[in-house]
Amino acid sequence: MSHAFQQDVPLSLYLLLSAVLFALGVVGFLIKRNLITVFMSIELMLNAVNLSFVTFAHQWHAVKGQIFVFFVMMVAAAEAAVGLAIIIAVFRARSTLAVDRIDLMKL
Amino acid sequence: MNQPLLYLPLIPLLPFAGFVLNGLAGRRLPKGLVSAIALLAPLASFLLVARLALMVWTGSLALPVIEAGAPVWLSVGNLHVDFGAVIDPLSLVMLLIITGVGFLIHVYSVGYMAHEDGYWRYFAYLNLFLFFMTVLVMAGNALVMFVGWEGVGLASYLLIGFWFHKTAAADAGKKAFIVNRIGDFGFLIGMFLLLANFGTLTFREIAEKLAASPNLTGGILTATALCLFVGATGKSAQLPLYVWLPDAMEGPTPVSALIHAATMVTAGVYMVARTHFLFDRSPFALSVVAIVGAATALFAASIGLVQNDIKRVLAYSTVSQLGYMFLGCGVAAYSAAIFHLMTHAFFKALLFLAAGSVIHGMGGEQDMRKMGGLRKHLPITFWTMTAAVFAIIGFPGLAAFFSKDAILHAAFVQGGLGRVLWFVGLVTAALTAFYMFRLWYMTFFGEQRSHDVHPHESPWSMLGPLVILAVLSVCGGWIGAGRFGAFLAPAVGARAAEGSSASLELVLTLLAVAVAAVGWYVAHRLYYQQPEEAQQWAAAAPSGYKLLLHKYYVDEAYNYVFVKPLLAISKFILEWVVDVAILGGLVWLLGGIALLGGAILQRWQSGNLRSYAAWLAAGAAALLLFVLVPWTSVLANLGIHLGIVGR
Repeated sequence: MSHAFQQDVPLSLYLLLSAVLFALGVVGFLIKRNLITVFMSIELMLNAVNLSFVTFAHQWHAVKGQIFVFFVMMVAAAEAAVGLAIIIAVFRARSTLAVDRIDLMKL
Repeated sequence: MNQPLLYLPLIPLLPFAGFVLNGLAGRRLPKGLVSAIALLAPLASFLLVARLALMVWTGSLALPVIEAGAPVWLSVGNLHVDFGAVIDPLSLVMLLIITGVGFLIHVYSVGYMAHEDGYWRYFAYLNLFLFFMTVLVMAGNALVMFVGWEGVGLASYLLIGFWFHKTAAADAGKKAFIVNRIGDFGFLIGMFLLLANFGTLTFREIAEKLAASPNLTGGILTATALCLFVGATGKSAQLPLYVWLPDAMEGPTPVSALIHAATMVTAGVYMVARTHFLFDRSPFALSVVAIVGAATALFAASIGLVQNDIKRVLAYSTVSQLGYMFLGCGVAAYSAAIFHLMTHAFFKALLFLAAGSVIHGMGGEQDMRKMGGLRKHLPITFWTMTAAVFAIIGFPGLAAFFSKDAILHAAFVQGGLGRVLWFVGLVTAALTAFYMFRLWYMTFFGEQRSHDVHPHESPWSMLGPLVILAVLSVCGGWIGAGRFGAFLAPAVGARAAEGSSASLELVLTLLAVAVAAVGWYVAHRLYYQQPEEAQQWAAAAPSGYKLLLHKYYVDEAYNYVFVKPLLAISKFILEWVVDVAILGGLVWLLGGIALLGGAILQRWQSGNLRSYAAWLAAGAAALLLFVLVPWTSVLANLGIHLGIVGR
């Protein structure tokens, strides 16, 4: 099956998809105002990278890439827990999730 | 000749061991042990020196002894400096004085310092002094001598400032050290000149090279000799660098006796005698030495006339007597100068120790106006002091009668300038008799003027050295200048005494005794018969009296001419150049950089989350660009395109 998969869809398409997803994540990260959306954009970038990891792992028959994916997922889960907790705390304190208005540190 | 074992290195090293032991562990040792260490070290050194002297006396040792195979200190190019000791008649005499008188004063100190804090510290310093002084005297070359020279200065500083919690003592120590440094600078320059012209600092080699070129005179030799003499004026308290010695009396009295009367201050005389071959070639330098010596003798004696502090009178007397010694050196009568140095060591050490005994008995009082009538309370001190007073004024048969007359005689027979200097010396002799008898009468005669103290005689550890020194002051001159000169001749050269005759000698001697008698008579009248007359005399010439009482305002003049401008300049440099300009500037510069950097960098810290995110993304993109683009080939191609790099 893997053989057929490899032939059907070339490697470059996977990488292209990964790059598109990552770019979407970056753009979302930079332009969205809602903190949750920004947070989701970060998750999107992480998973875009995960996709390229598994792609290369499959291509080179190396298990290291898959191990890395597990690491990334684990970190992402931890980050989601902490990040969501922070977001809830911010919302309770400021009653808003617009990043432009979370500016207490501004000079 | 098979030379017997001389143990020369032990002579300085034993006191040094005493210094190390007491200096490191003295605080924890019992007082008896501290005293034992401090006394045994100089005693052992003295016995070694005495053994040397005995061997010379019996003829089993030929002088000079030049120690060979001593450790080499420096060997640079042609310059070789080793620690080899030289024992010739000159250094032997000096060693006997230093270790002998030094040991007596150590014994005296045990009694005098018994109740002082820092007992161990005092003896450690005293032993250190003996170490450096013996190094100075035994040195075979100028550099090792300089080590001893600086070392005794250090020991002197430490001991003057022994009571460092007293501001006056601490200041006096600093003054002594700084004034000595000025002189030492001259010594250093003199050594450089020696090195430049002779290529060696070893005295014997310089003397040989000088002897090999008999036509070399004046010029460079005069410069060298005068530079060395500047060093001597510092250490031996001559004009114009004498100012530190009277202040040095702030130290404990035994220190004044040992360092500031008997031994260290004579180092300058010793140095001139040691380098006499230079001075002999330069008549001008010799004249300078003689004039400075005579001027100092008269100058200091005149100040001594009116001082009221018993130790200050003795201090000015010391300066004055050192002037005599330089007068002797200046008329090339080195052996007479060294002879006077020896007798002076005896009677001046005795004078100081007796004065210390008086001060001790009076409970620390040094003002002679508050003494008087002490003859009955301090009988032994009185009689030993009497011996010293008669010895210093040149009473016939006592020490200075022989040695001072030898110097005055040598000055007279030189003729010309020598006659003038002889006359100055003669006047000084009268002044000396006056101020010494003034001290004697004010202290021991008349009514007791202060009734809240109960004078008591000192313990025997103090009186013993007094008695021994009194015997030496009485008998010390009996060696005779002639015999002494003959003994010293191999070291300092013999002088042909032309124009001298027995009758002339007799006349000069009678004259000297006569002027001393005049001085005695005046003192007797003013301070014994009619004490109120002294005030009348002072009132008759108030400005002159005040001038003398304030020591010719020399300290004040130095203060305004040298000290204050120097302080102002260093204050300016310290406060404005170093503190404000350099340190302050540095601080402001660093602060300014931080402020400016902060002002620029704070623009990044907008507090806007999306701007941070944008910078983050831009940084990641830049890193990516940096990693992915093959910069070396891009730059090379660009260079080729622009024609910077050839193909």
